[in-house]
Amino acid sequence: MTAGGTFEGRGLDCVRGERVIFEDLDFSVEAGAALMVTGPNGSGKSSLLRLAAGLLRPAGGHLLWDGAEITGAIEVHRARLAFIGHLDALKPSLTVAENLSFWSALSTTHGRLDDAALDAALNRFGLAALANVAARLLSAGERRRAALARLAVSSATLWLLDEPTAALDAASTAALIELLEAHRAGGGLVVVASHVDLGLSGAAALDLGARPRPTP
Amino acid sequence: MSHFLAIIRRDIKLALRQGGGAPLAVAFFILVVTFFPLGIGPEHALLERISAGVVWVAALLAAMLSLDRLFQADFEDGGLDLLALSPLPLELIVVAKCTAHWLTTGLPLLIAAPVLALLLDMAPDGLAVLALAMLLGTPSLSLIGAIGAALTVGIRRGGVLLSLLVLPLYVPVLIFGAGAVEAATSALAPRPHLLILGALLLAALALAPWASAAALRLNLD
Repeated sequence: MTAGGTFEGRGLDCVRGERVIFEDLDFSVEAGAALMVTGPNGSGKSSLLRLAAGLLRPAGGHLLWDGAEITGAIEVHRARLAFIGHLDALKPSLTVAENLSFWSALSTTHGRLDDAALDAALNRFGLAALANVAARLLSAGERRRAALARLAVSSATLWLLDEPTAALDAASTAALIELLEAHRAGGGLVVVASHVDLGLSGAAALDLGARPRPTP
Repeated sequence: MSHFLAIIRRDIKLALRQGGGAPLAVAFFILVVTFFPLGIGPEHALLERISAGVVWVAALLAAMLSLDRLFQADFEDGGLDLLALSPLPLELIVVAKCTAHWLTTGLPLLIAAPVLALLLDMAPDGLAVLALAMLLGTPSLSLIGAIGAALTVGIRRGGVLLSLLVLPLYVPVLIFGAGAVEAATSALAPRPHLLILGALLLAALALAPWASAAALRLNLD
């Protein structure tokens, strides 16, 4: 893993369509820290994560990594982040192992992944028995686990997770928390948008629902 | 480069497993072409006269069949976000997906075309030129089609809109593709037509990835 840094948002405005989602939002995550983003539906949790990933452009404000705008070197920013959206990005006709090896090959710079790392990632989320099963046959929770297994082979510093525990059972949630804590212990950064408190130790909270609603 | 190849490999695998790729396009191509002798009657001179045009029009339509899913499947399952975040620029991802599309559609069409042309009594001089013209023309179809596919990626049932957007852009490929065969069968030089097809391919290769990537970015935002 590359060394951690500090990821900050300053005065972020987000507008989707004609609707102002949030205004003048600040956040900061340091190496080894975690940020839990909470709030009711439509308060902008997913939008904030997409802004942080550079998939959306903020209507105003700045996203900074160690004080430098991420848009200044967006390729570098992409290379240091792992994004788990609310969709699982699994191809129904590919097996769990094929899906995982494709995405991990695409996210690593060298484009190769050894089988041992792949097996370890699958094992972590109890997917070893499902490795050769087509993704269309999986349950919702199994699909989520197959998506989260991408984190276990990720070399990214900044992890952005959107509702990672949706449809997850208790054992898989525990496996996820263990993985997140290990990532933080290694200097990684974690930003999680969730309705469920994952109980990450010393995580900062950002409640989008507690902020004054933007004036329309 | 390994990322580029990984996308091509995955898309070919997907096209073959879902059955929506090569076999379907070729079957459609064969059906459409065989409809003409059935509809017009087995008159040799007439079939020979229209063979180049018929084969090309059928190939254009067959190449369109799987275009609407080129980016849409990835858009719907969240994969397009991850592709956009990968180290490979979106423009190259478009080229990789077009390459896979061509390998699973254009290439099988190109192999089937001379056989079907023979069925329509095309003169032997035309067959090799037809294959050559399709080799130069069909990659342009995938690349130009990618622009339409990227623009309509967010639209459910965008297939019809996609055809309306893309088919007019296929006109130059049709004119010079059929023109090359026409020239060869009437003992003229097909070379100028083939050169223009080559130029169209280079232009499509230079412009389509940028246009498609820009359209995809609009749809991701």
